[in-house]
Amino acid sequence: MSAGTLRIALVGNPNCGKTALFNQLTGGRQKVANYAGVTVERKEGRFTAPSGRVLQLLDLPGTYSFDAASPDERITRDVLEGNYPGEAPPDLIVCVADATNLRLHLRFVLEVQRLGRPVVLALNMMDAARRRGIAIDVPELSRRLGLPVVETVAVRREGVRSLVAQVDGEIPVAAPAQPDDAAARADLHAQVRELLAATVRMPRATDARDDALDRWALHPVCGLAILAAVMFLVFQAVYSVGKPMTDAIADGFDWLGAQVAAWMPAGPLQSLVTDGIFGGLGTVLGFLPEILVLFFFILVLEESGYLPRAAFLLDRLMVAVGLTGRSFIPLLSSFACAIPGIMGTRSITDPRDRLATILVAPLMTCSARLPVYALLIGAFIPTRRVLGVFNLQGVVLFALYAAGILGAMAVGFVMKRIRRDRSEHALLMELPSYRLPKPRDVAIGLWERGMVFLKRLTGVILALTVLMWFISTFPSPPAGASGPAIEYSIAGYMGRALQHIFAPLGFNWQISLSLIPAFAARETAVAALATVYAVGGDAGAGGLSHALAANFPLASALSLLVWFAFAPQCMSTLAVIRRETASWRNVAISFGYMFALAYAASFVTYQIAWRLA
Amino acid sequence: MRLSELPKGASAVVERVEDAHADDAIAQRLRDLGFVAGEPVRLVARGPLGADPLLIQIGSTRFALRRAEAARVRVRAPEAA
Repeated sequence: MSAGTLRIALVGNPNCGKTALFNQLTGGRQKVANYAGVTVERKEGRFTAPSGRVLQLLDLPGTYSFDAASPDERITRDVLEGNYPGEAPPDLIVCVADATNLRLHLRFVLEVQRLGRPVVLALNMMDAARRRGIAIDVPELSRRLGLPVVETVAVRREGVRSLVAQVDGEIPVAAPAQPDDAAARADLHAQVRELLAATVRMPRATDARDDALDRWALHPVCGLAILAAVMFLVFQAVYSVGKPMTDAIADGFDWLGAQVAAWMPAGPLQSLVTDGIFGGLGTVLGFLPEILVLFFFILVLEESGYLPRAAFLLDRLMVAVGLTGRSFIPLLSSFACAIPGIMGTRSITDPRDRLATILVAPLMTCSARLPVYALLIGAFIPTRRVLGVFNLQGVVLFALYAAGILGAMAVGFVMKRIRRDRSEHALLMELPSYRLPKPRDVAIGLWERGMVFLKRLTGVILALTVLMWFISTFPSPPAGASGPAIEYSIAGYMGRALQHIFAPLGFNWQISLSLIPAFAARETAVAALATVYAVGGDAGAGGLSHALAANFPLASALSLLVWFAFAPQCMSTLAVIRRETASWRNVAISFGYMFALAYAASFVTYQIAWRLA
Repeated sequence: MRLSELPKGASAVVERVEDAHADDAIAQRLRDLGFVAGEPVRLVARGPLGADPLLIQIGSTRFALRRAEAARVRVRAPEAA
């Protein structure tokens, strides 16, 4: 065969092992992007066949049929038909089907075949089929379909060799295109039944291992207990592995900044390097370990087939508040950090459910709120016993977590009432066979998520961090000024201007000012307050606690705590919402509703606390 | 009988999928997934809260359907049960 690139599109039902096949064929040489204007992922890879020809592989989203109006299915169809703008039609379609689930998957094969383009069928997971005693007469299936059929085992290197040989050879002749109408679609099932009867022998319909596992995993009591245990493990891992690494990265960049600063003359440039660039990089890269640890677990749970089971168990609960069972894991992740949580909503196939989840995710109490909570609770809430057993400080912290969850439920409930699209959105979720996750697929998934975060977000977040540095540093204090430098900066003026807005919440100008850096990263509010109250870093949090307790009343502190529970914070979260929804409108909605919610809640808290005090 | 009324562990055979309203995309999707006349189904499990959603085995595939979705599927008792 002559040289030249051959374009191959991979299609198949969800859970057919298509992505594992793609990973096996292309290795790490993949490019992940989005189709323009939508958040459907476009994955492309290439490899060189033994003949020396370059094969360019496009991994299309998994679909059950071409009928439904979901964006992935539309794109899949348009790309295959060559109607997608900017996407050349594929020279060859490789349709992947799970050999253990042919009744479902063959129907889609027939649908793809009707497009009238050259198709090769890859019967995937042949190892699992053999283990379960499923016998498939491959030559007969190939003859009846009129397509080359290749057996594959996506997770093994030799398992794809025959597929490579097939696609590297002659391109098969396409069947003539056929019209797509309701009668023809109903007919497909009859054809599948006929094919199965003639070519497949199955000792039993299901895998005994799956049945045994599901008896426990989906049991009303044991299932929920297992889910709670899994979630506890994930959480522990995020805090015990991710958090220390995050702190180490932030400290590392501080140290690097200090080293560089030692070589530079004191002045604005030195400050930009240490506080702006290195401080900002430390903040941005600090998110990475938590993201990777969380995604490690999400990927393992997804690959193993457990994630849909968790969604099954919790669907009813989530539907009650306008979400879906699939929202649960992303929302839980958001307790560590909303960024991986929002990125994790990709596993929600329905666009409306996904957006609803993205909008409430930032209300979950993320780990960055803890330093602020710890400082204010330590300074204002006495360590009293409540009801003999509980510590009042702990009760307040619990109340703040509960406020986030209740707030999210309320917002979900309200969104469900007011949104224009009130139609029924289906669950219709397949629970695939349990599988042992393959390290290669998990590693590639982690690499992709990490790169998406670094490439798409680092620039934005870093730019905003430098901007924050600029407004808190300039203009420099006039000669002979006595107060801290930030008081004379743009941020200082903004803080005083903001105070007019925040006065009804009981915030003085120092608090208002600290909200500006808090927008970059919540935990920096502590450092900002320390700066304006001119307590040196040496005094530590204890010194700051005293300064705060002396400078503003309890009612303001409570109001500020409530503000942090609901406020539209951290611009990194807003940046990731923009990236994941490809819409500024959603960023505006998210910011707007959270601002209104935080303002109202803080206002009520302050007014009540003030009158009671 | 509707699929949503099936007791746990019971088997049945699909008669048809009914549209809940005109142009019912969910009903169409159910048909695409194989809920067509003559296909045997089994209710494998039910969700822990309000016995919703339902886990339906059809062929070798298991689908989680909410009650409202399963209610679209008319079933009858299997022959020689």
